[in-house]
Amino acid sequence: VSTLSTVRPPVAAPAPPTGPARPVAEPESAAAQRTPRRRRIMIGVLLAIVSVAFVYPFLWLISASLKPRAQTFDNRLIPNDLAPNNYVEVLETTKTLLWLGNSVLIGLVAALAVAISSAVVAFGFAYFRFRGRNLLFGLVLGSMMLPVAVTMVPTYLIWNELGLASTQVPLWAQNLFGSAFYIFLIRQFFLGVPRELFEAARVDGASYATMFWRIAMPICRPALIVTFVFELRASWTDLIKPLIYLREPNLYTLPRGLKAVLDQFGQGGESKWEIVLTASAIATIPMIIAFFLAQRYIVEGIATTGRKG
Amino acid sequence: MTTVGATRRRAGRRAEKGEGRSALLFLSPWIIGFLVFTAGPMVASFVLSLTRYDAINPPSYVGAENYRRLLEDPRVTKALWNTFFYTALHVPLAMAVALGLAMLLVRLGRSAGFFRTVIYLPMMTPPVAVGILFLLLLNGQVGLINRVLALVGVQGPEWTTDPVWIKPGMVLMSLWTVGSTAIIYLAALKDVPRELYEAADLDGATAWQRFRTVTLPMISGALFFTLIVNTIAALQMFAEAYTMFFGGNDIQQTYANDAALFYVVYLFQQAFNYLNMGYASAMAWLLFLVIVVITIIQVRVSRRFVYYEGEE
Repeated sequence: VSTLSTVRPPVAAPAPPTGPARPVAEPESAAAQRTPRRRRIMIGVLLAIVSVAFVYPFLWLISASLKPRAQTFDNRLIPNDLAPNNYVEVLETTKTLLWLGNSVLIGLVAALAVAISSAVVAFGFAYFRFRGRNLLFGLVLGSMMLPVAVTMVPTYLIWNELGLASTQVPLWAQNLFGSAFYIFLIRQFFLGVPRELFEAARVDGASYATMFWRIAMPICRPALIVTFVFELRASWTDLIKPLIYLREPNLYTLPRGLKAVLDQFGQGGESKWEIVLTASAIATIPMIIAFFLAQRYIVEGIATTGRKG
Repeated sequence: MTTVGATRRRAGRRAEKGEGRSALLFLSPWIIGFLVFTAGPMVASFVLSLTRYDAINPPSYVGAENYRRLLEDPRVTKALWNTFFYTALHVPLAMAVALGLAMLLVRLGRSAGFFRTVIYLPMMTPPVAVGILFLLLLNGQVGLINRVLALVGVQGPEWTTDPVWIKPGMVLMSLWTVGSTAIIYLAALKDVPRELYEAADLDGATAWQRFRTVTLPMISGALFFTLIVNTIAALQMFAEAYTMFFGGNDIQQTYANDAALFYVVYLFQQAFNYLNMGYASAMAWLLFLVIVVITIIQVRVSRRFVYYEGEE
């Protein structure tokens, strides 16, 4: 279960861009300023050692995926003999490529759907004034506390009733209705936007829909990106929904397929661990690349989740 | 400049006519979603928990029977014990490791970017892949972790097959994914005003005193937040445990997966393997109750320690 699905909302929203100029580098924190240069070098060395623990499992995985079966567990960082053929074998004997495609497609649809729908709802909460607004918003926040397990069974029965229980639809369709955490995130962002910006558009005769698409959406782009990236990650890593809904191997997402590969080739199976590890590497690498591309947004997004509320 | 929030306060109750209807239009996705996928299922879940239902034949009403069975089911007891054991070890250890990392990172200042990235990377890995990776790294015979322990003369345990060591092994694995928590602490540490440290220095505070009286209180909000979030997540542990010890072949029914039978894993099995939808619904409500009670206790206890700026 992902931590991010239950995070409490941030209070300090990222500041909306008010002008063309972005703030220059953030000022150094008190703790950094107070640390003498020599101490900092020592800390850097210490962190470099600690980092090995975080990076090594990845290197081990990639290295093992390139070794022939007999050497899979020799724990050498540099393989004695290279077996890039593992990748060919994985692509031939499993449907990993198909699952990769499924995951990418479902992830993009899920992330796009939740970003747009959450922005719509967030705008509703941020701009309009109506009775019961705070109560309703409290309900949004409260719904974040509910464990997924409570609604898992009835939700399955709903999709079953609709005849969609064995399709990929349940993996993204709920995202069309917004998601509490993202609604909060984007609403916080809107609250920092000068109201005049919207009202000027009203005076010019724009409808609320135009106002939303032309003004609100472009303004909240940073919050939309955070939402998109978070949800892409959530969708990409989820196991429980694909386990519940996907029966047909052609429909599997990558995590579901990887579990099937483990069951077939791993423990209790054919003991071809190099296949399992190579498939794991294929499931891991794309998100790491995505992370490097989007890390500024991810780090900012997480940092805001912890700010006091 | 007036922000949307500021105007809201000033405008007070002077809600514009017609805004209500437009607001409803914007809110409707969430309202529909809430009714169909949250409120409806909650009610349905409670009703189902009073029935015997296999998703094929119509449900039959059994009253509180499912809840009675819950209390007598030794596997529920086992699953609760496993889950509490894991949570009690994982949450404080993960918080301590994350705080340690964040305190190192914050001293590096702007040049911490690279290490921050490295520490966060495991969070991008699907739990299934994490489970597979650690199934092998923790392997008692060939695993890297025991090889490293052997270098310092320690004979490592059978992390993945010895029932006593399975949960500690999973806790160890969970420390690999403390990236989010560390980044939250890092953000909180950056916000500590330097005047407070200077004041502490003037008072001749030692490093430990500074930590106790300045750092900890100033980041207590973040600590509290991660305590709640990590506890709720740990109580719902599923993906890694299921990947490592369940599914696949029925031959796998061993002591190992008894030791790794987490509550949500058992709930999942009851609902989707044995099709005991009614019983699974009752299990879900018990979990909800457990989470609510634990959260309330944490909020109560933390209230004494959490310091919020701007209060009083």
